[in-house]
Amino acid sequence: MSTTTTDVHAHGGHDEHGEHNPYHQHHFATMEQQFDTSKIGMWLFLATEILLFGGLFVGFGLMQHKYPREFIEAHEHLKQMVFGSPFPLYGAINTVVLLVSSWTMVMGVNAAQTNQQKKTVRFLVMTILLACVFLAIKYVEYEHKFHDGLLPAKYYAHQSEDLIKGTHGYATFFAFYFMMTGLHGIHVLVGIGLLGWLVMRARRGAFSSAYYTPVDLVGLYWHIVDMIWIYLFPLYYLIS
Amino acid sequence: MSTETHTEAHHGGPKVYTANLFALLFLTIITVAAASFNFGSANVVIALAIASVKAILVGLFFMHLLWDKPVNAIILVAAFLFLGIFLMFDFIDVGSRVVFAPRNTAPMDNATPVPDSMNPLKAAPPRPLDPAPATEEHKAAEEHK
Repeated sequence: MSTTTTDVHAHGGHDEHGEHNPYHQHHFATMEQQFDTSKIGMWLFLATEILLFGGLFVGFGLMQHKYPREFIEAHEHLKQMVFGSPFPLYGAINTVVLLVSSWTMVMGVNAAQTNQQKKTVRFLVMTILLACVFLAIKYVEYEHKFHDGLLPAKYYAHQSEDLIKGTHGYATFFAFYFMMTGLHGIHVLVGIGLLGWLVMRARRGAFSSAYYTPVDLVGLYWHIVDMIWIYLFPLYYLIS
Repeated sequence: MSTETHTEAHHGGPKVYTANLFALLFLTIITVAAASFNFGSANVVIALAIASVKAILVGLFFMHLLWDKPVNAIILVAAFLFLGIFLMFDFIDVGSRVVFAPRNTAPMDNATPVPDSMNPLKAAPPRPLDPAPATEEHKAAEEHK
């Protein structure tokens, strides 16, 4: 073990018996350096995610500037009647679901950091279930839109007065709606895949206070997906 | 937590995370409630301000930025900064445009209907593929040339 340096012991709690951490790759001086490097890489990826969605948000803003009336009228279609008044029921429930899933995720990371392996698995599975609930609600929502012909761009075919007047604005609104919530939904799907992979590894006891990098990084990804929804929700469901 | 001493790199804990969750849920209620009042153009600003507070809470506590090495926060802030520049210049652009419409044409408006060819309700059924034999019209057109 020529690569094991005394620096390895500088990072507390990961190497009690003075053994080489099996996850420690030889090109990193310490586990801490390895962890920080992975984390910076993940943050750089998250920065590109923000810019990806950011471009779409800017496009949405510009189109809202161009079609202010149509955007406000079109967003009414995202609401449901609750106790006789329109309320963005699906959007609000999904916001709560995603916020709670962020909490289960961070609790899973915390459990991994503190060597509670069963708890790690439990919280990760809860996060997957909440992600599935999110997608199920999204499915119901999309189903209604498809049924009503509230479709993007040239597929827009809503059977009402507004087909004649201002169709461009409505069609543009739903083009952005499906593009952005769809891209977000794909991110949730990818998140479910990553979480499933984590559950498989966590069940084998792969994560501990000495090594929890994948749990931490998938956690960061999951929170950025949540953060994007935090902006999507008011812009699409609440504009007035 | 007794295990807290084990991991010096992070200082969050279940209590902090749970408190953060309730703060986020509370802000969600606030933002839904605020949307039901009409503050005019301030509505978007209020909604985005609340969303930003929520995003900061997620970043600081759920993403551990409060206790992390600052480099990670710098990356996130830089991404938002460049997004802000992008957004700002776009809105300076659209905000400072003057619409010039030629006097002899009707002003362009957003209510221009979609042409029937692009309208699925009015689109003609697909034509059969049989090649039409040369008709009188065709012949007349040929002669006209």
